[in-house]
Amino acid sequence: MLAKRIIPCLDVRDGKVTKGVRFLKNVDVGDPVAMARYYYNEGADEIVFYDITASNERRGIMLDVVRAVAREIFIPFSVGGGLRTLEDMRAVLLAGAEKVSIDSGAVRNPALISEGARAFGSQCVVLSMQVKKTGARPGVPTGYEVVIDGGRQPTGRDALAWSLEGERLGAGELCINSIDRDGTKLGYDLEITRRISEAVSIPVIASGGAGEPAHLRDAFTTGLADAAIVASIVHYGEHPIPALKSYLKRNGVEIRDAVTIDLAPQ
Amino acid sequence: MIAIVDYKAGNLTSVQRALEFLGHQSEITDRAERIVAADRVILPGVGAAGATMENLRALGLVEVLRNDVARAGKPFLGICIGIQVLLDRSEEDDAACLGIIAGRVVRYPRSVDGRPLKVPQIGWNRVRQTRAHRVFAGVPDNTHFYFVNSYYPIPDDPSMAIAASDYGIPFTAAVARDNVLATQFHLEKSGAAGLKLLDNFCRLGC
Repeated sequence: MLAKRIIPCLDVRDGKVTKGVRFLKNVDVGDPVAMARYYYNEGADEIVFYDITASNERRGIMLDVVRAVAREIFIPFSVGGGLRTLEDMRAVLLAGAEKVSIDSGAVRNPALISEGARAFGSQCVVLSMQVKKTGARPGVPTGYEVVIDGGRQPTGRDALAWSLEGERLGAGELCINSIDRDGTKLGYDLEITRRISEAVSIPVIASGGAGEPAHLRDAFTTGLADAAIVASIVHYGEHPIPALKSYLKRNGVEIRDAVTIDLAPQ
Repeated sequence: MIAIVDYKAGNLTSVQRALEFLGHQSEITDRAERIVAADRVILPGVGAAGATMENLRALGLVEVLRNDVARAGKPFLGICIGIQVLLDRSEEDDAACLGIIAGRVVRYPRSVDGRPLKVPQIGWNRVRQTRAHRVFAGVPDNTHFYFVNSYYPIPDDPSMAIAASDYGIPFTAAVARDNVLATQFHLEKSGAAGLKLLDNFCRLGC
């Protein structure tokens, strides 16, 4: 059986990790490479970097980060934030990322999904969406609307309809980030995660709101998510990944076991 | 020197970076003479069977892989698409493949017991070591490896399989015959376990 994935998310601005990461034993918490190495050794199943660099001139810094991470992290990692063109995607993949995560750029230009899938394969293209609970209305029958630009801009698109459209266009995975839950530690939005997961035949990643180990369990069981993004729940050091995994295992969730393997020369 | 076959697709550099991390020299190449001269050959990565075979044909590498690598006894490792093109045929693009190991490649079922199965399989799955092989040295049985695929191989001779996994149904996750070895999962993205297998391959005397 496929294991449910735990994916730490690192927000990176101008090459530095931001967003209240505060711990850890001898880790430079501002350094995305050191942070990625730490989570890799902790048993993260994948890592997401979200580039929140505001100026276009400084975006190249992220590519240096990606190259450095790719030299020492041997699990998949994806990069999102500000990717608008096929060339943006290509640069990130060539630098060593396994996947790209596209969001507002895909809403503005849905062909980005199909062109990305054709050029690099669906498995490289994660369609990420910010969803907001606005209540059911014509055009938004689920009551969950896709918003862009960090949640400021409503699109009038229904989250479920956009998910199906994204799958049809060739996205390999969907990441559903609840704007309402983001940063609240109240748990993932299970309702929309489940509705989308039931409707599509590609993996669904839950995002936004994890504060307790039980929230991950609920995302995987009730929410039918295939993977879950974690941020502050792991960044503050309160619930390290091994502890989250042993909790999930105790609760009957299939997870990837940690193994100790000696890589020393024979 | 290890030759990583460049067939104009796939994630070649991630395999090279993993080899570099392990201290093994490699070269990404599409030139027959470099592949013939190499000590070992790796056919990595992501792609569709039809396009991969077309590219290998256009580069003149089909016979090189069949004769100068597989038949000549040179250690060969196929990863992901590299296992799929090893067999006779793939359902994907209805492609005629290398035929180095007899068998075919089929798509995962769309549903199992009436429940839809998400395809592609993306993520970490347990790998059972069904036949002892030196490439697994130091890797515990049932370790998780990272898979990304919609198709899986069915070798005609079941004894070619050295590992199995389950995704809706049981499937062959790795095959080996003499100098030829191939895995469905991505060694270069499977953490320490994947690196260990890759390192073992680099040290195998075939």
